[in-house]
Amino acid sequence: MNKLYLNQQTINAARLTAKKIADSVQTFIDQHTTISVERALCRMLGIDGVNALDIPYPNIIVDHIKDNADLSKGVAHYLSYALAEHKHAPQKIAEMIDQNCLDLSQYDKLEQSPHIALLTQYLTPQLNRIKRQKATRETMQLKPSKTPLKYVIVATGNIYEDVKQAVAAAKQGADIIAVIRTTGQSLLDYVPYGNTVEGFGGTYATQANFATMRVALDQVSDDQNRPIYLVNYASGLCMSEIAVMGALERLDMMLNDALYGIIFRDINMQRTFIDQYFSRVISAYSGITINTGEDNYLTTSDAFLEAHTVLASQFINEQFALNAHMKKSLMGLGHAYEIDPAMPNSFLYEIAQAQMAREIFPEAPLKYMPPTKHMTGDIFQGVIQNALFNITAVSTDQTIHLLGMLTEAIHTPFMSDRAQALKNAQYIASAFQDFSKEIKFDENGMIVARAQSVLSEANQLLSSIKNMGLFTALENGVFASTKRQMTSGKGLEGVFKKHAVYRNPVLELMKKAMAGDV
Amino acid sequence: MKQLIRPYGDTLNDGKIQLSFTLPIACNKKGEASAKALVESLGIRDVSVVHSEALDDAFSYYIIYGTVANPIDIENITVETVDQAVMSKDAIEAYIKEKFDKELVFIGASTGTDAHTVGIDAIMNMKGFNGHYGLERYQGIKAINLGSQVDNETLLKQALHHHADVILISQTVTQKNIHIKNLTEFIELLEAENLRERFIVIIGGPRIDHSLAKELGFDAGFGPKNYAYDVASFAVEALYFKQKYDV
Repeated sequence: MNKLYLNQQTINAARLTAKKIADSVQTFIDQHTTISVERALCRMLGIDGVNALDIPYPNIIVDHIKDNADLSKGVAHYLSYALAEHKHAPQKIAEMIDQNCLDLSQYDKLEQSPHIALLTQYLTPQLNRIKRQKATRETMQLKPSKTPLKYVIVATGNIYEDVKQAVAAAKQGADIIAVIRTTGQSLLDYVPYGNTVEGFGGTYATQANFATMRVALDQVSDDQNRPIYLVNYASGLCMSEIAVMGALERLDMMLNDALYGIIFRDINMQRTFIDQYFSRVISAYSGITINTGEDNYLTTSDAFLEAHTVLASQFINEQFALNAHMKKSLMGLGHAYEIDPAMPNSFLYEIAQAQMAREIFPEAPLKYMPPTKHMTGDIFQGVIQNALFNITAVSTDQTIHLLGMLTEAIHTPFMSDRAQALKNAQYIASAFQDFSKEIKFDENGMIVARAQSVLSEANQLLSSIKNMGLFTALENGVFASTKRQMTSGKGLEGVFKKHAVYRNPVLELMKKAMAGDV
Repeated sequence: MKQLIRPYGDTLNDGKIQLSFTLPIACNKKGEASAKALVESLGIRDVSVVHSEALDDAFSYYIIYGTVANPIDIENITVETVDQAVMSKDAIEAYIKEKFDKELVFIGASTGTDAHTVGIDAIMNMKGFNGHYGLERYQGIKAINLGSQVDNETLLKQALHHHADVILISQTVTQKNIHIKNLTEFIELLEAENLRERFIVIIGGPRIDHSLAKELGFDAGFGPKNYAYDVASFAVEALYFKQKYDV
């Protein structure tokens, strides 16, 4: 598909530059681990639940090692020694640590653990469950569904209310349900436990809440005979842990983007690139589609002037995902419809940018975000803005179509707001069904010129990021006009340089499995 | 003198009003009758359910028109707004140059767990909003935007660190009135540290207005449709009077 007459050599050059940018960060990633990566490893060993003070057992183990021994050797070092000595399951070991019956620091000075293989028997149940979940998802996805996939959010704070709203939305035609997290969860350095009924602007991401929603959506999926996809966030300080939980509970998509966390949540860049890598390996292994957050750049920066930063970031995110062995068909790269409606020809530019993303990433299930920045309290005008966005989504073959809400910027959606959005999108999807096959663009027209100029600017930006390195580029505020320092932001204290004896058997097993898969 | 009005549909004081809402019951004749009764209980007459649909088995949605029976007397309506002449960017810059011998420091953040920066960005960032430049572009103003999810303690610490004159707090999306709690806590923090008089403190956001701001103990509050110059006009005058009378 080349309706925009984009120069393939420029695209190839941009991709190669992005690869160099991601590879140089990868060298850093491979040398480090984090408390979240180690806790994710604990969860893969079947460690779950909370102690009497509601502290999750994965945190208890990792904090115990961090405070009393040397986390740079990794939890696998200590746990494998403990397993060899005590013959208890990892969960039991966690409980013993919590009750001060076991001190892992006794293994600190020992040589590289010869017992790593002992961990395998405890990893196997989780690995097998993830494989079964992946197979189930693949079966569900054989049922027919139509792209763009209509994506709506629920955000009541109470998982049981969320279920009611999600079920209603799915019956009204939603293909994808995202349970928005309570504000601030991305900055928690632990994952809450159990079903939850209170939150602000969203609902806690917990494994129990994932499971509750999954059961409800499977029921609708059976009734409707089409897949209903479930989304949550493998992002923030617990990226890799939540990726494990999502894999175990068969989430279909996870928002997952270190760049987003750095820029919009002020999470430390070292921490989150390391966490992102492990979380993407887990998602790649589990067949979970990731969603990246480039669309958000345009809520802060001008959507016309800064469109090239979105494209540059998509190129980089693609390479990060490839480094994590992810297939292109799982890369839901993000972009958005955010040009100021007061700008003449804004619709033409939006078409240009959306079609450009489609042509440059033909296999990616692109995630297309609705207008938010220029939505006002004028809900009636908002419906029209969403309609133009919906027309663009359908006419440029976007995959993951986040529906705009008429009450954006007023409150979390009412049940009726969601229903209205679904009707709007369904009408347009039907009315414009084959429109993309019918339209061509004038080779000398403004749409083609716009797309070419964004591509060329993105290519130049990538070259300058490559020359300074991604860390420095972020310090200079290259994305969303926001500057972040390499040694500031949340979570840096959870980063450790791997010791020579460090092992991560989950990462090793998953990489090996996927290497055979390609 | 009384000045009674009702909503204007297409004739003066015809009282026409439109409503839409969802009821947690099935969509059927009883649902429609319930929706109608509910609206009548609000003092609305000639209720007409023009649209109803099922959102799920036990949820139904209605669009309703009716006539408001009770007029209001607008003579009795008072509003509290920021009482000041709004200056242009140029006028504000000239005012600062004339009245102050230093650069004024404005520090802003979206506080608490609010992740939205739309509001604070519109006031502070270079580009501003709707063609109105943000404070970063004002000569004589040093604008520091701390972004979103800044806790109250950090905001105060940064304000002291940067010797701020004005603190701007944005609260965009709220649920269950969390923004009130958050704003109240900031004032309490200032008072506990005996720093309330040190700064001009201004709040803004779609759910904010000036009377709420005053009630909570802030100097001013700005709702929607206010730009950097509205905020800056108030702030520079307030600072000038604060400096002049040392209050």
